[in-house]
Amino acid sequence: MRKSLWINFGFQAGALLVALVLTTLILVAVGAPPFQAYASILRGAFGSANNLESLLISWSPLLLTTAGVLITFSAGLWNIGVEGQMVLGAIFATWLLRSLQESGTPAGLIIALGIVAGAFGGALWAGLAGALKTFGGVNEIFGGLGLNFVSTALTIYLVFGPWKRPGTGSMSGTQPFDRVLWLPTLPDMQLSPWALGISLLAVFGVYILLRGTHFGLRLKAVGKNMKAAFLLGVPTWQYNMFAFLLCGALAGVAGAIQVTSVYHRLLPNISNGYGFLGLLVAMLINYQAIWAAPVAFFFASLNTGSVQLQLLYQLDSSFSGVLQSFLVLLVLLGEGARQRFLKSNWGPRWTRTPS
Amino acid sequence: MDVELRDIHKTFGPVRANIGINLSIPAGTIQGLLGENGAGKSTLMKVLSGFIRADSGEILLDGRTVQIHSPADAIRQGVGMLHQDPLDFPPLRIIDDFILGRRGGLLPDRTEAARGLRDLADQFGFALDPEAYVDSLTVGERQQLEILRLLWWGARVLIFDEPTTGISAAQKEKLFAALKLLAEQGRTVLFVSHKLEDVEGLCHRTAVLRQGRLVGETQPPYVTEKLVRMMFGKTIEVVPRSPCVEDETTLSLKDLSVEDHRLKVSGLSFGVRSGEVIGLAGMEGSGQGLFLRSVAGLVRTVGGRIILRGKDLTGRSYHAFKRQGTAFLPAARLEEGLATGLTLSEHFVLAEEPGGFFVDWREARGLAQQRIQDFNIHGSPESKIEALSGGNQQRALLALLREPLALLLLEHPTRGLDVESTIYIWSKLKERCRQGTSIVFISSDLEEILQYSDRVLVFFGGKVTGPLEAEGLTSEMLGQLIGGKDLPEIKAGAPA
Repeated sequence: MRKSLWINFGFQAGALLVALVLTTLILVAVGAPPFQAYASILRGAFGSANNLESLLISWSPLLLTTAGVLITFSAGLWNIGVEGQMVLGAIFATWLLRSLQESGTPAGLIIALGIVAGAFGGALWAGLAGALKTFGGVNEIFGGLGLNFVSTALTIYLVFGPWKRPGTGSMSGTQPFDRVLWLPTLPDMQLSPWALGISLLAVFGVYILLRGTHFGLRLKAVGKNMKAAFLLGVPTWQYNMFAFLLCGALAGVAGAIQVTSVYHRLLPNISNGYGFLGLLVAMLINYQAIWAAPVAFFFASLNTGSVQLQLLYQLDSSFSGVLQSFLVLLVLLGEGARQRFLKSNWGPRWTRTPS
Repeated sequence: MDVELRDIHKTFGPVRANIGINLSIPAGTIQGLLGENGAGKSTLMKVLSGFIRADSGEILLDGRTVQIHSPADAIRQGVGMLHQDPLDFPPLRIIDDFILGRRGGLLPDRTEAARGLRDLADQFGFALDPEAYVDSLTVGERQQLEILRLLWWGARVLIFDEPTTGISAAQKEKLFAALKLLAEQGRTVLFVSHKLEDVEGLCHRTAVLRQGRLVGETQPPYVTEKLVRMMFGKTIEVVPRSPCVEDETTLSLKDLSVEDHRLKVSGLSFGVRSGEVIGLAGMEGSGQGLFLRSVAGLVRTVGGRIILRGKDLTGRSYHAFKRQGTAFLPAARLEEGLATGLTLSEHFVLAEEPGGFFVDWREARGLAQQRIQDFNIHGSPESKIEALSGGNQQRALLALLREPLALLLLEHPTRGLDVESTIYIWSKLKERCRQGTSIVFISSDLEEILQYSDRVLVFFGGKVTGPLEAEGLTSEMLGQLIGGKDLPEIKAGAPA
């Protein structure tokens, strides 16, 4: 057992190393000094209180989408549509805030309802992808991808159409909400402890759900072997739908938080790729919920840190995406290589197990 | 083309599928290949047609040693195989299906191909419209298309794997006429089957495989008893059984009918009593699997009623059957019965009625520990299910069953297990019977059927014989029934 732990560690470390080497090569190729570039990423993430604050702000939606896709992955589903589910969350939250902002309802209640509406919107969008799969036989990857495009189109229509700013609509989004409708922040900061609290709670909740409950175990069984789960008495398609709805709700909350605590309006591209990034995080941690928070933190720090690269070396800030993708690809590759290695090393399975 | 197989060996992991097989077939012969499921017929034919490579041995065509690397390579050398399920393309037109796979140029010559198709079809009296779609054809017509395609590609050796499954009597006649014509044209025909009647009526010579070995070759006139003896081995000695049947009826079937795309089982009416064991015999795919799954609530019936413990469950869901006390154990343990990646503890929790929201893992581990001991499973509560051996997986499946059960349905409960595991599994099953559970099981092991059943149903192409009292049955009678002979025929000809 000890030996296999070391082998695991070796392959993981190897993957990390290769990812670093490859990104370094890219940095060299575009003429940026690699070590300074890495240092500036670190500075960009942790160098000042301000930087740390933006890091924590982007950590929150990433935590939520990661928590969401951990549920769908458990059920064996590739919920690519998480991005669109987040957008729908933002749209629903915006709609609720717009409808109630002049009604005299207490601001705190409006914000809370906005977040609930976001969860509802995300769940609705995920439910659509789920229904397409369950009742229409449409693979959730295609359904989700299609719905992502629809959600983008819907945002643009709203921003330039019914919800456009006084005057002409613009890519900078709808008219910002009044300050009272902002999710409360720490004094003189943009960071909302509420947003962070909700997100951390979501990750913790998903961890408990998947680890300690009958629901989580049955979800896992459906994901591992649908037929066996069915024969053992689990209502399988219903569990698939539950997984979609829960994941959509969490992604929707992420969208609502973008509206109520970050941008204070609806704008195109409000999901900012956090849905896809959540999928990457979940893959990187091999679907183990316990690692979600730290790895999402690491990814968020790469995101905020690489903003500096643009200022210093005219590198696009999407450079962090290159590093993140290399990391995930190589860790997955390393896992495949490890399994092959173990097979060739210790022979076929039946010779290893007692009978 | 003369075909010769010399000393063919093939193993799949621990399974020895072909052991030193020698067979030579002169051109113009229809060679029958007979054997029960798993005897090694298909493996041997796949070796000859390039689908798999033998571990050792030689293949000679017209006296020349050849290497066959792939099915495409085989057809270049003149060997083509017709699979049990046609390998065609239902959404395509017949002509496109016909051309596909033929080498030659960027632009296929459809006119020439259509002419070729028509000429060949005329020779054999097949009526195929080149512009029709393949999915509008019957299984028999798809077979005809495949024969023509192989011939157009230049096949001089044609292998037919169970070609009479799923086609009508008229089409079978046409097929047999075509096979005879092929032989007259000097082609070599290999006819793989488990149907005694087909082999007896068609083949110029017949080889019998059993457990990977060629056990004998015969020529007409065939003696059915001899063929059966070769297929199934020695006459089986039946150990005294210990029935624990009670009068109460657990399950009653009234004029039950069930069908899939290949066959239909209809008009089954009988009752299963508490504690009774019913064995379902027959070659794989003869309807017994369909029947068992319909009684489990997994396949919708098309007629008749299923009544379990006085409650009519016809048309209800699997979960309703389960609540009424039915359990179904599939043959494909890792594909359908157990979830790879989950531990034994997790399986035991899943199988129980969930109490509350949270799982009590300490209690679960205790339960797992207990069952592991009771069922003699080599593993710990934390063992992943796929790390267990086949016998342990089967014991785990049994350990997952709830108590009490009204009806236990099993597909091949001891397939792939050694003698010791088999005896253990059956001791556990008989324990259930003594508690009043009725058991219905499928097995391709005649010995197992005779040893443990109180009554037996024999399936052949969807036709059901029985239930027969197991007491008066012999393995030879069973063997003949499985091969499609009728009961009176056997009784008349059977030595007392």
